[in-house]
Amino acid sequence: MAIRERLSGNEAVAYAIKQINPDVMPAFPITPSTEIPQYMANYIANGEIDTEFIHVESEHSAMSATVGASAAGARAVTATSSCGMALMWEELYVAASNRLPIVLALVNRALSGPININADHSDSMGARDSGWIQIYAESNQEVYDNYIQAFPIAENKNVHLPVMVCQDGFITSHGVENIMLIEDDKVKEFVGEYKPEHYLLNADERIAIGPYAVSNYYMETKRGQRQAMLDARAVILEVAEKFEKMTGRKYGFFEEYRMDDAEYAIVIIGSAAGTCKASIEHIRNTTGKKVGLIKVRVFRPFPEEEIARALANVKAVAIMDRSEMFAGTSGPLGAEVRAAMYQAHAKAEVVNYFYGLGGRDITVSDFERVYENLEKMAETHTVIGMYDYIGLRK
Amino acid sequence: MKNTVEIRWHGRGGQGAKTAALLLADVAFKTGKHVQGFPEYGPERMGAPITAYNRISDDEITVHSNIYEPDYVVVVDETLLDSIDVTKGLKEDGAVIVNTKHTKDEIMRHLNGYKGAVYTVDARDISMKTLGKNYPNSPMLAATVAVSGVMGEEEFLSEMESSFQHKFAKKPEVIDGNMQALRLAFDIIKKH
Repeated sequence: MAIRERLSGNEAVAYAIKQINPDVMPAFPITPSTEIPQYMANYIANGEIDTEFIHVESEHSAMSATVGASAAGARAVTATSSCGMALMWEELYVAASNRLPIVLALVNRALSGPININADHSDSMGARDSGWIQIYAESNQEVYDNYIQAFPIAENKNVHLPVMVCQDGFITSHGVENIMLIEDDKVKEFVGEYKPEHYLLNADERIAIGPYAVSNYYMETKRGQRQAMLDARAVILEVAEKFEKMTGRKYGFFEEYRMDDAEYAIVIIGSAAGTCKASIEHIRNTTGKKVGLIKVRVFRPFPEEEIARALANVKAVAIMDRSEMFAGTSGPLGAEVRAAMYQAHAKAEVVNYFYGLGGRDITVSDFERVYENLEKMAETHTVIGMYDYIGLRK
Repeated sequence: MKNTVEIRWHGRGGQGAKTAALLLADVAFKTGKHVQGFPEYGPERMGAPITAYNRISDDEITVHSNIYEPDYVVVVDETLLDSIDVTKGLKEDGAVIVNTKHTKDEIMRHLNGYKGAVYTVDARDISMKTLGKNYPNSPMLAATVAVSGVMGEEEFLSEMESSFQHKFAKKPEVIDGNMQALRLAFDIIKKH
């Protein structure tokens, strides 16, 4: 029997780490992810798990130690947020290019400046080209479920890539919600024992990890990383299917909510998707208008063809970004979804919205206005500009 | 009780308004509800105004925004009344609960003409009498449950007793005082 609980998103991740009992966790505290290593330190001090916790002096060292532990053959994890991950930047690429199956719990928060501690996707979106798999969550339940699924994805021999398990700072990390936990033995069985094929502490096989690669080798290495990302697609879906058999909870690259007959669609990532769902129910119940939502769960690898197919029959789409990339045009999700739709010759009118930067709240009625705008766009076949803002003071 | 009850807490950093919201989420969860308890973080320091929220429902809650049109507002620190419009957006068939030693009429002068129900609870007095210290959390939590009716009195008291027994396992002498604080606050609301 699953365990009915109420936990914050941070507690949920820490609980999953406890259930998995990884070998090594180097970490440095930063709001809003601080509670994750804090709970872990408690579990270790209470003798509930035997993970080796390494107190490091910075996030640069946290990821370096995680890379070292993973290369040595250990199951290694860490947790961070925002500027903490920015300080890991160099090592993020080292982890991915050395094909180390590290799992990073990232609590999404704005990057400075101005200094801001609230929810925003600029930290992980900035790292979208680092070679990590990225999985995002709407709720505490999802971040817990995603965290458990991250290990069989990362450690699959066809993948061997690090995974970033993301949740929205404060909104889910510090919000207490109902959650269904999985029994310890089932989690352990699902995740399995980590048996690395090649690792530094194997006396029978002498290997080098992270050597210098001149131009004769670098490009093929990058092609290899791309192949791992491509192969991860099937593995992500296989793991999700196995997870559904265990829990009844269904996951894929993205969730399609009321999309069967939808004429107007929003594409979004993270906790705001839940608020959008409430607006969809309200609009459908009061007006009967056919509105729907695509909530992107896996942003790396990017499910390009699948998203384009899911949007094939809609009249208008709003793609919503919780981070800037200062192209002067789209945000990161906007650019990729637009490219996917162009490639698939999609006919819908498209607008890209920036919302929620630095934790600015987005409400059910904000989403209702977005759907109203989509309806107008479809009727008049006009889109004013490539992008717009929700909740920006003019 | 309506299907979803939304509550907004106003307090100052260090007074435990966030803890009270989490406690309410906890006790409502134990009675089988779907719950949310979450703080809104501004500059976090002792004494700065803070806001915390609860949603309590029979159904799954997916909304992840703050609460702008609450059913109930709880003011843990009455010195906020002059600087924050605590009844902003508060539904008129809802209520505001203020921790104060002043009368309802005195408090109403600070509520910008709010037309719904106003309850006053002297949580400091209750806390000093029962615990010997000013912990306004427990009385305000009980008053909120009594006003909102999110659960029955007996159900609430028995859940709180078991959570105090767990929380204060190493200092059981404070359990009685805390339970008495809850009962006193509940009675004040019933007599309102």
